[in-house]
Amino acid sequence: MITNQVKQKFIEIVGSENYFDSKTERLVYSYDATPNFQSMPDAVIVPSNKDDVASIVKLCNAYHIPIVPRGSGTNLCAGTCPTEGGLVIIFTRMNQILEIDEENLTVTVQPGVITQDLINAVEQRGLFYPPDPSSMKISTIGGNINENSGGLRGLKYGVTRDYVLALEAVLPNGDIIQTGGKLAKDVAGYDLTRLFVGSEGTLCVITEATLKLIPMPETKKTMLALYEDLEAAARTVSSIIANRIIPTTLEFLDQPTLEVVEDFAKIGLPTDVKAVLLIEQDGTADIVEHDMEKIRTICLKEQAKSVQIAKTTEEAAALTAARRAALSALARLKPTTILEDATVPRSEIAKMVKAINEIAEKYNVKICTFGHAGDGNLHPTVPTDARNEEEMERVEKAFEEIFARAIELGGTITGEHGVGVMKAPYLEWKLGSAGISAMKAIKEAFDPNNIMNPGKVFAKETRKRVVVSK
Amino acid sequence: MTTSKEKQIIHDQFKEKMDYDELLNCMRCGFCLPSCPTYIESGLKESHSPRGRIALMKAVVDGIIEPDEDVERTLELCLGCRACEPVCPSGVKYGHLLEEARDIINQNKKHSLPAKVIRKTVFEGLFPHPNRMKFATSLLGFYQRSGIQKIAQKSGVMRLFPETMATMEKVLPKAPTLKEMKNRPEFLEAYGKRNKRVAFFSGCLMDTMFLETNNATTKLLQLAGCDIVIPKQQTCCGALHGHSGEKASAKELAKRNIQAFEELEVDYIITNAGGCGAFLVDYDHLLNKDPEWRERAEAFATKIKDVSSILVEMNFFKKPLKLTPQVITYQDSCHLRNVQGTYFEPRTLLKSIEGVTYVEMKEADRCCGSAGIYNIVESEMSMQILDHKMVNAKATNAKTIVTANPGCLLQMKLGIEREGLSHSVRAIHIVDLLLEAVETASLTTSGNVINLNEDKNDIGLTS
Repeated sequence: MITNQVKQKFIEIVGSENYFDSKTERLVYSYDATPNFQSMPDAVIVPSNKDDVASIVKLCNAYHIPIVPRGSGTNLCAGTCPTEGGLVIIFTRMNQILEIDEENLTVTVQPGVITQDLINAVEQRGLFYPPDPSSMKISTIGGNINENSGGLRGLKYGVTRDYVLALEAVLPNGDIIQTGGKLAKDVAGYDLTRLFVGSEGTLCVITEATLKLIPMPETKKTMLALYEDLEAAARTVSSIIANRIIPTTLEFLDQPTLEVVEDFAKIGLPTDVKAVLLIEQDGTADIVEHDMEKIRTICLKEQAKSVQIAKTTEEAAALTAARRAALSALARLKPTTILEDATVPRSEIAKMVKAINEIAEKYNVKICTFGHAGDGNLHPTVPTDARNEEEMERVEKAFEEIFARAIELGGTITGEHGVGVMKAPYLEWKLGSAGISAMKAIKEAFDPNNIMNPGKVFAKETRKRVVVSK
Repeated sequence: MTTSKEKQIIHDQFKEKMDYDELLNCMRCGFCLPSCPTYIESGLKESHSPRGRIALMKAVVDGIIEPDEDVERTLELCLGCRACEPVCPSGVKYGHLLEEARDIINQNKKHSLPAKVIRKTVFEGLFPHPNRMKFATSLLGFYQRSGIQKIAQKSGVMRLFPETMATMEKVLPKAPTLKEMKNRPEFLEAYGKRNKRVAFFSGCLMDTMFLETNNATTKLLQLAGCDIVIPKQQTCCGALHGHSGEKASAKELAKRNIQAFEELEVDYIITNAGGCGAFLVDYDHLLNKDPEWRERAEAFATKIKDVSSILVEMNFFKKPLKLTPQVITYQDSCHLRNVQGTYFEPRTLLKSIEGVTYVEMKEADRCCGSAGIYNIVESEMSMQILDHKMVNAKATNAKTIVTANPGCLLQMKLGIEREGLSHSVRAIHIVDLLLEAVETASLTTSGNVINLNEDKNDIGLTS
């Protein structure tokens, strides 16, 4: 609850044109891209600088008002759904690229910068920011940092975490702190930068970030390998890695996913095969050539039906763009689309794909699978209907079993989407109770009043493990 | 004010009529956000985005919020440009949702007296009646030719009107005379070899205020080898009604048009206004709950084709086309691009003109802010969008801005006027420019321009 008196104080900080509490404005910030989650905030506020943020946070701390920092609300773990009400902070006015430092190869940005805008800006200078979540045209850097977003280039280049050098953040008591710097080496004290990346808005509000850039790869090639057998495609993934080749991108799409993606993108994707691998390699021309040839041979050896290399950069770009639309395109099938984020070591990818198919059969649910197979990060997705309670229950059970299986294979419950509310009940499966206690201790040290995105990451109850059928 | 009783009725009708599957189809991924002009121009406010509007519609159905003024406002401020549809991977039919929601709100809310009078005049009194449209246009012609316009402009009386209207008054084309408008033939024969038989949807505004453009269109079609049937019984397409929450009237108009065209045995029904074309193409959706009309509407809708599409199909761009050397750019008609999916055809035609340097405008696919009567009723947002558009238009250094819809044409003229560029930059409908290119080419090759007055118009009259 925000009283009138507190509301006036918020308005004093940002002006009445940047504070909203009408039902309409609250409703449109009651959701993110996670299906079946919605909860009204008490108000929405749009600060323009770190001092505004600090004042807002102090006030929230004093009055125990929950804070939900929100980028573009594209996340899939209900991380920015204000499940306990409170204040949603929007960063549309803090969206400046502050500096591109070509000597240190860094870029310093405010949290509201759209990922694609940042990528475009640095690429104009011949520099490269690799993290490229599928939502990058919409998502903000602040959101990417909070969720530790991945992307299609994660296999070779890593995820957001690997590119954050320094952060400016407002702590729950209103203090503004700096972590890290433009340094290649820095071992002074605890690594708070890494702690904050992926903290899902539960520890601080990020107000500025310095990111690492690398030189732009000279060239890039894109390949599509077609398979009549799902598991053969999955085996190829492990085989490529085992042959000591790390492609930039190694994506897996099964047939139902191909169909909906083609329905949207209309670029001539094959829809009559069981699966495809979308493979990219970048680097110097000779290395790319050499690697692509080796990959081609491996694909064919693993029973690929055919291997096609994109002839033009436009053709290649269309392929990756189409892949980025996969999740939303799957929403064409049924009213509700539930996507998960199970991840296994890449050597286990074939086993995981097989397990997903068995689980789908066991619970009689349709599971479409696509994902960043190269880094073991799969997105089994169920097209369903939230109104069908009986089916929803089976879907839930199927996912439980998928997570359980992923962990058995040495994997995890989320590779890039975050825990949020969606995965909170499963976190203990991954961390164990001691792991949860350690994390809770950190949370309490930073945020004793539990105002920072409460209800996320830590579940009230842990889900019991289902019995996994072997 | 919306009274609580009105809100209750609107809520009930939302529950009854809104397509809930379509609302659920939006999985809130946000891919639509960067394409939405009002989201961008409002400073990235989610309430003015397609995702936000869909969430609001759903929330009204779910009973989470009331359909209050704020909800209405977000729906009103939408241009209906449907730029969100082609970028939506889930394929949500946003335009249909918006149309239904606006219809429910409008039919169940008491409008203020002036709004009522204007709506009644426009939607019932004027557009559905071709003769009244002609008469009104002839009044405008009288105003322009009699010298009253000059007096009005000099006296400053136009300053009493909102800025958009005052500027609009300056940029309206020269209205044709009543006689010219009544001269519309019902059949035109192809020049040379006949390759196709088409019907022409002449429209209401296009066949009055933009009569010249309609004449240019039929001329191009004849040159391309089309026999053209122009049924007299056709009427306004109903787009304006459909987009303004007057769905019942739109359906009536649709039925009249379907009847007018259905027994003509033509290959296509040709339109030259992006907005009309998109509405006509959607007749099957408009009448999908009407068993008597559904199939007839489908048959009608599948025949709709924009003039630029048929010209490309008939290889018109291979004909001699020439203009004095100039830079030109093209402003997409939202509905032509986003609903009909026609965007490379106009560009193909323009690029084929000798002497022309075609420069693509940045964000050519972004709405110009015209959107039916939006630029009059939502003047402030419309002008903000237009100013943004003009920055991109000017950056091309084009002397000619080409459009494919009457609303866009007027809006671009408005933009040129606002920028004080009316002496150096012109806006023109694509068919007018193409005809100009045909004439210039024929002048340079044969030394003889095609005589526009002496053609088969008169011979071909069947009435």
